[in-house]
Amino acid sequence: MEEKKLAASQGQSNTAPHEHVDHGAQPVHHHHSHAQDSRHAHGHHLLTVEDLTVSFRMYDEGEPYFRAAQRDVEVLHGLSISVHEGEMVAVVGASGSGKTLLADAVLGLFEPNAIVRGRIWFDGEPMTAATLAAERGRGIALVPQSVASLDPLMRVGRQVEGEPQGRGAVRRADAARRRERRRQLFARYGLDESVAQLYPHELSGGMARRVLLCCALMGAPKLIVADEPTPGLDLDLAVRALADLRAFADEGGGVMLITHDIELALSVADRVAVFRDGTVVEETAVANFAAPELLAHPFSRQLWHALPEHDFSAGSSSVGAGGYSDSLRQSLLGETAHWAVSVAAELARSEHPPATTAPPDLKGGDFPC
Amino acid sequence: MTRFILGNIGRFVLLMVAVAVLTFTLVSLSPVDPVQANVGQAALLGMSEEKRAALEAYWGVGTPMHERFFSWAADFLHGDWGTSLRYNMPVADVVASRALNSLALMGVAWLVSGVLGFALGVAAALRQGSLLDRFVKGYCFVLAASPTFWVGLLLLMVFSVWLGWFPLGFSVPVGKSAADVTFLDALHHMALPAITLSLVGVANIALHTREKAIDVMGSPYFRFARARGLTTGQAMARHGLRNLALPALTLQFSQIAEIFGGSVLVEEVFSYPGLGQAAVTAGLGGDVALLAAIALVSAALVFAGNLTANLLYGLVDPRMRRSRGGGER
Repeated sequence: MEEKKLAASQGQSNTAPHEHVDHGAQPVHHHHSHAQDSRHAHGHHLLTVEDLTVSFRMYDEGEPYFRAAQRDVEVLHGLSISVHEGEMVAVVGASGSGKTLLADAVLGLFEPNAIVRGRIWFDGEPMTAATLAAERGRGIALVPQSVASLDPLMRVGRQVEGEPQGRGAVRRADAARRRERRRQLFARYGLDESVAQLYPHELSGGMARRVLLCCALMGAPKLIVADEPTPGLDLDLAVRALADLRAFADEGGGVMLITHDIELALSVADRVAVFRDGTVVEETAVANFAAPELLAHPFSRQLWHALPEHDFSAGSSSVGAGGYSDSLRQSLLGETAHWAVSVAAELARSEHPPATTAPPDLKGGDFPC
Repeated sequence: MTRFILGNIGRFVLLMVAVAVLTFTLVSLSPVDPVQANVGQAALLGMSEEKRAALEAYWGVGTPMHERFFSWAADFLHGDWGTSLRYNMPVADVVASRALNSLALMGVAWLVSGVLGFALGVAAALRQGSLLDRFVKGYCFVLAASPTFWVGLLLLMVFSVWLGWFPLGFSVPVGKSAADVTFLDALHHMALPAITLSLVGVANIALHTREKAIDVMGSPYFRFARARGLTTGQAMARHGLRNLALPALTLQFSQIAEIFGGSVLVEEVFSYPGLGQAAVTAGLGGDVALLAAIALVSAALVFAGNLTANLLYGLVDPRMRRSRGGGER
């Protein structure tokens, strides 16, 4: 298929010849298994990430200031994930374990000291840092976590509409088009027109959530990356937030839902990518969480056992009925809350052998940071 | 709102009283003998006893401090600022003529350092780690660590003595009658002191702005703006600048005090007849009335600056506006 040809033309062919694989029939391809309704519109995935590795160049903290050598700390390694059209994929992992870096990479947002390697296809096209940046807010949109992502000093309406492009008459026309689009979105998501005149600190939790979604939808994206959209919302609001994302997927868009809440993820997503120690250990259909035997990776099974309706056998049984709290799940995920700590642990271990052929540098030399 | 106004008036009165008391106390405690300081050592030695006693009475040497203070304060409240013993003129006149020079000088320095410092700070933050950033940082560290008077002397040496581009001192050309002094003359004389003050002021503002801009660039709303397709520069123009305006305003208005302090030194170096120079003369000559008046005027100016910053805050930040109005939350 087109996607594979492009990959091959870049000189990588570490999987079986893709042309002979019938996506629908094959239970596992591209490191993932499918849900019932995973579709390959136009014969490719909406988003494919392969062998994504993100590391940071930083100074050795243990060394005296002037002697500290630079070294690279790898935070994501060999991560692969795919999103089909019309599908919601939940990336489930502990808070602060580096999932947001995956969102950053898909959006082409890299810190100046980040080294990003891997292959990303969007809508069948191989992407570079520049093309990813060009899709930002257009083909790929972010739904951020909280109202803190809105400029506190700008009225909500203007922020949702975004910056009009062009000059003179073109600019005025674009501004009018944006206002119209914003009105439609507000109407669709039940936001009163007066909300446009409010400042972010005046929004209620539910309003803020819908405003953030409207921001993402302004550019009519094909893929939405939702980075922890539910914390801080009560259950009712969280369910509605996910229902809105679900509706977007059902209309043919793709959603990558980054979350630490596996129950909410299972209730709404098509597939789950289990994230641990900076990589996706298993990418599987939600249906496979029906029984532990259907899950391939031991960590996924641990996660299954940690679910409240199951037997808690993997967890500490002393926690009791309320034990499906975040903290238990996090302790089960075996992750510490701060990625820097997991970075240190990562250095102590070296169980991730370097790839035989290094994936290409995604950032390239000219990435404008 | 009334509470806000009354509070500020109360604070202003307290500040004025404190400054006046402090000035009087310090001058009274200082070992400067006003008669000796103003007449000169040689003249003092050759002076008759009666003459000296008359002068001492004229300078109020024997009168206790609190008596002098209360008689001065009562007159001051009635609008009589007293007579400057040193300049032999009403204090109000001295302050008025000097303030005009000083305010022009400080106003220019304040504006230039504010605008230039802000621009440099934002530019350095946008290109963090670049050559420009390193240059700005280096410049700021060096100048923030240099005494103002030393920078002034250096500029005076280079541009006045060696290159001869600017006059050596004073606010008008020497030997020219006041009627013939043009605006350009005044500008020419003001240039070097103003540049000195600006150069030093820029360092502070640029470093602060750079730090704040880096904070803003790391904020969630900046990241989200970039995630929506704005470049870093566009996001800075659209969201960064308005968020930087708040700390910049505070800094800019608190900078008035800094500039004032700097102007005292710069006016000395450039023999520029401003408030700062008059303050030094008054202090060394034991001219309490003049010193107290200058201290009060400058304290009022700084107070006004901080008050303006407070009021502007409310105008710029919608969160402050609503909470001060006491309306909905």
